Amino acid sequence: MLSSVILFPALLNGLMTGAVYALIALGLTLIYGVLHIINFAHGALLTAAMFAAFFGYQWLGLDPYVAAIGLAPLFYVLGYGLQRFVIGPAAHGEDRNILLVTLGLAVVIENALLYAFRADTRTINLPYAFNVIEVGTAFLAVPRVIAFAIAIGVALALWLIMRWTDAGKAIRAVAKEKLGAELSGIDVAHIYAVTFGLGTACLAIAACLLIPTYYVNPSAGNAFVLIAFTIVVLGGMGSVAGALLGGLFVGVIESLSGLYLGESLGQIGIFVMFILVLLFRPSGLFGERA
Amino acid sequence: MKGLVPIVAVVALLATVPLITSSNVVLNFLVVALLIALVGQGWNLLGGYGGQYSFGHAAFFGTGAYVTAILQVRYGVNAWLGFVLGVAAGALVGAVIGALSFRSGLKGSYFALVTLAFAEVLRIVASVSPITGAGVGTLISLDLRPMAFQFQNRAPFYWIILAMVGLSLILIRMIEHSRFGAYLVAVRENEDAARSLGVNATIVKLCAMTISAAVTAAGGCFYAQYFLFIDAGIAYGSWISIEALLAPIIGGIGTVLGPLLGALVVKTLGELTKIVTGGAPGLDLVIYGGVLILVIAIAPRGIVGIFVDLRGRMRRSKAAAPASLERGHG
Repeated sequence: MLSSVILFPALLNGLMTGAVYALIALGLTLIYGVLHIINFAHGALLTAAMFAAFFGYQWLGLDPYVAAIGLAPLFYVLGYGLQRFVIGPAAHGEDRNILLVTLGLAVVIENALLYAFRADTRTINLPYAFNVIEVGTAFLAVPRVIAFAIAIGVALALWLIMRWTDAGKAIRAVAKEKLGAELSGIDVAHIYAVTFGLGTACLAIAACLLIPTYYVNPSAGNAFVLIAFTIVVLGGMGSVAGALLGGLFVGVIESLSGLYLGESLGQIGIFVMFILVLLFRPSGLFGERA
Repeated sequence: MKGLVPIVAVVALLATVPLITSSNVVLNFLVVALLIALVGQGWNLLGGYGGQYSFGHAAFFGTGAYVTAILQVRYGVNAWLGFVLGVAAGALVGAVIGALSFRSGLKGSYFALVTLAFAEVLRIVASVSPITGAGVGTLISLDLRPMAFQFQNRAPFYWIILAMVGLSLILIRMIEHSRFGAYLVAVRENEDAARSLGVNATIVKLCAMTISAAVTAAGGCFYAQYFLFIDAGIAYGSWISIEALLAPIIGGIGTVLGPLLGALVVKTLGELTKIVTGGAPGLDLVIYGGVLILVIAIAPRGIVGIFVDLRGRMRRSKAAAPASLERGHG
């Protein structure tokens, strides 16, 4: 057994990472919960947002956390447009075609980035990237603490939107009963696009939180996709609170299994847990029973 | 045996290619396309006929490839025997994953995700365990004898993979017209209804998954023999899971010839875009992805679907010509 001097920082770091995972998963769970599709383009869109945040800093000197304010609406529009004018019309409403269209989109986005920026891996150096905050025995990097706070804040905001606004109510109505929602006058194609836009906006913010401590190259976003799916399933498909809890949980599991099994096997902990949850409790650890 | 005629015709036509050209470029292209057709045919049985979309056929492909390679390299087993054992191991992995998922009642996206996760676990395990060569990969030593399943030129490889594709076509065709095939389609269309009529849906899906895994594993075994090198990213990487579902969906899901047509079209498209863009990194795949979206938008039921529509339209216009009475007949 490791002493708490090592365990406690690992736990806290896991929570920090988990919050950003949760944000990526939030986008996915929204799209999944409403459109019932596996969005293959999620990773590629995250990469695109990371590049946007990177060049925002490199060319305009924009602090990534400030850039998030501009990038979130920009990516909302992008996501809205993609669903409304590309995915929706091309898929003819069939699940397997939606899957293929998002797969095609992922290929296009990822390789357009590869063509434009080559395969180089880039990082940014924020002046305060190596500042730390001391919490008990643990030293936490400032960017990770900021990321944690913003991710939790966004999750909360999203939860409020879903709970109290008309758009949120419409989204939940479409998720529950598409035909019924359509009959009561909700424009389903519009709501689909709004959902996709919200999910993509979450990615834009997540990208801004990742870029100070992570790197970006044309396939950087893919590393997060399967983790995000794990979280979505853990938290129960379509559940905002579940995605947040699931994200934190997965962050901790990854951090701890990395500690005990070593870096390369660390991710196995996530996938084994993922499979076990799928097999024995597919409605998720925190979700309602289906 | 009416349905066998097109299969025999297509295979016979393709079999003549090495007699016409000995170009390695052409043969290599066709070998890879046929390999994808075989892997896709495996996916098609489970996904197309059974309606169970797997995102993790790499699990079977990789198992076949690794078992074949490791048996030869580490245990000196004959390549052909290794091939058979590789297929068996792939089928076993399919049966185990199938039993676990179907007994838990996983369907739709949940099934897709659990297969994806199994493939990822296998990939990570293969990338660190010593027996698979970990990060270095496994290299089958060169031994150009037919006994070792290696040949001086590409033509024998080509005929072997073509024969395998031919066998898979006949197999799928036979299943399509069997009682088992009817059960499988019934489960796809409405599992509850099928169950209420006495079909044991779990067993039917499990059988389909086992056969599907075996066919895909055969592709993996062939890959190992043909390229003589595999690592975790090749064997268990998501690229093969995607190729496995792309070919049948583009070609025509749940049809006998769909995966073969789809594989040829997808691979041709890939090569064409590579030529057009002249090696600018990424640009070929941008076009490839764009065309892919267009194909899906224009032909949602695949290439076979276009032919079926065309034939239906021709029949209808023929019927309409003498007397336009047969409304609602099509």
